[in-house]
Amino acid sequence: MPELAADVERLSLVIEIGGMPVRVNTTDPDFLAMLEARYSGFLGTSEGAEVEFDVDLIQPGFVQPGFADPGADVRVTHRRGWWSLERGDFRAQWEPAARRGWIRQSANPYSIDAVLRIVHTLVLARQGGFLLHSASAIRNGRAFLFAGVSGAGKTTISRLAPPDATLLTDEISYVRKQDAGYVAFGTPFTGELAKLGENVSAPVAALYLLAQGPENRIDPVAPGEAARSVLANLLFFAEDEQLVQAAFHSAFEFVSRVPVSRLTFVPDARVWELIR
Amino acid sequence: MSKLFVARNPRVAARCLDGEMMIMSGRDSTLFTLNRTATILWQAADGATPLDEIVQDRICPQFDVEPAEALRDAESLARELASHEILEISEEPIPQRNAPAGESR
Repeated sequence: MPELAADVERLSLVIEIGGMPVRVNTTDPDFLAMLEARYSGFLGTSEGAEVEFDVDLIQPGFVQPGFADPGADVRVTHRRGWWSLERGDFRAQWEPAARRGWIRQSANPYSIDAVLRIVHTLVLARQGGFLLHSASAIRNGRAFLFAGVSGAGKTTISRLAPPDATLLTDEISYVRKQDAGYVAFGTPFTGELAKLGENVSAPVAALYLLAQGPENRIDPVAPGEAARSVLANLLFFAEDEQLVQAAFHSAFEFVSRVPVSRLTFVPDARVWELIR
Repeated sequence: MSKLFVARNPRVAARCLDGEMMIMSGRDSTLFTLNRTATILWQAADGATPLDEIVQDRICPQFDVEPAEALRDAESLARELASHEILEISEEPIPQRNAPAGESR
């Protein structure tokens, strides 16, 4: 008679965004299937994950002692080699040196999505890159970023993209420093368009600050305004002085290497005639 | 009247871009853009030079202003910047610990 297996089967998948593989382990096949659907196009096969998370699923609405209040802002702190990530709907810890961590959340795709965004911002900040509130797309082998506050037109310009443009994201751009320039990667982080970006990358050719107006035009932006705009649109959560300083300097490095302009546009497809 | 010494807080990040000084608090990520007077004060705030000397040597030559009035304004400005933890102020010289002067471009 074979021995009874006492262990629960561990299931896992690798989510690879921006070239960084993150392995997620769970014991729940339904949750795994949810993640496979959510991150379709961003699933990797890498054995050597940069980060590995064990997900501990709890019942929806069940708030464990130590959890932040539901609805509270995200809190990201660093202590003794561990990052702690907390929001009302999840709690996570990650030890970069060991490349391991855990996430406690209910079986929903939004909590782990937030954890992934935070982890990527932390990793990128040390490498001179960042996540930016902006749409982005590739055209003619070059990536263009479109930043703006909510309502400025990120979703609109994404929706108007012509067939020869490849949408990387309509909401959060993934920017990695590479050699003397920057490369933008597709992300599964969606906005109103609710359409995953393509998992491809290209050198960043320009950042446009979006404004809607009566005509399509591109105007120069003073360096100071460019830097302030990048800083205002950076996704950054960590309460950590060193990383804040790193992110600050990354924004200035970016505007010193990438042209930043204001793109005023009428919300129709002709605006893409200016973006080549 | 006792002298006042000012020093850049080493816990902030600073950059000067086209003459515009921007400073970010490492504590809460608040971004400050300094005006011309505040930029001069920030750049001269080495912890060793008294504020009245900074006003006399660096600020007065740049602006058409009475030295006494300029010193009053500079003290007020220094205290405001200190309230945001951008500058440190003291009646004694302040040892500097790799404080950022703000890399210029």
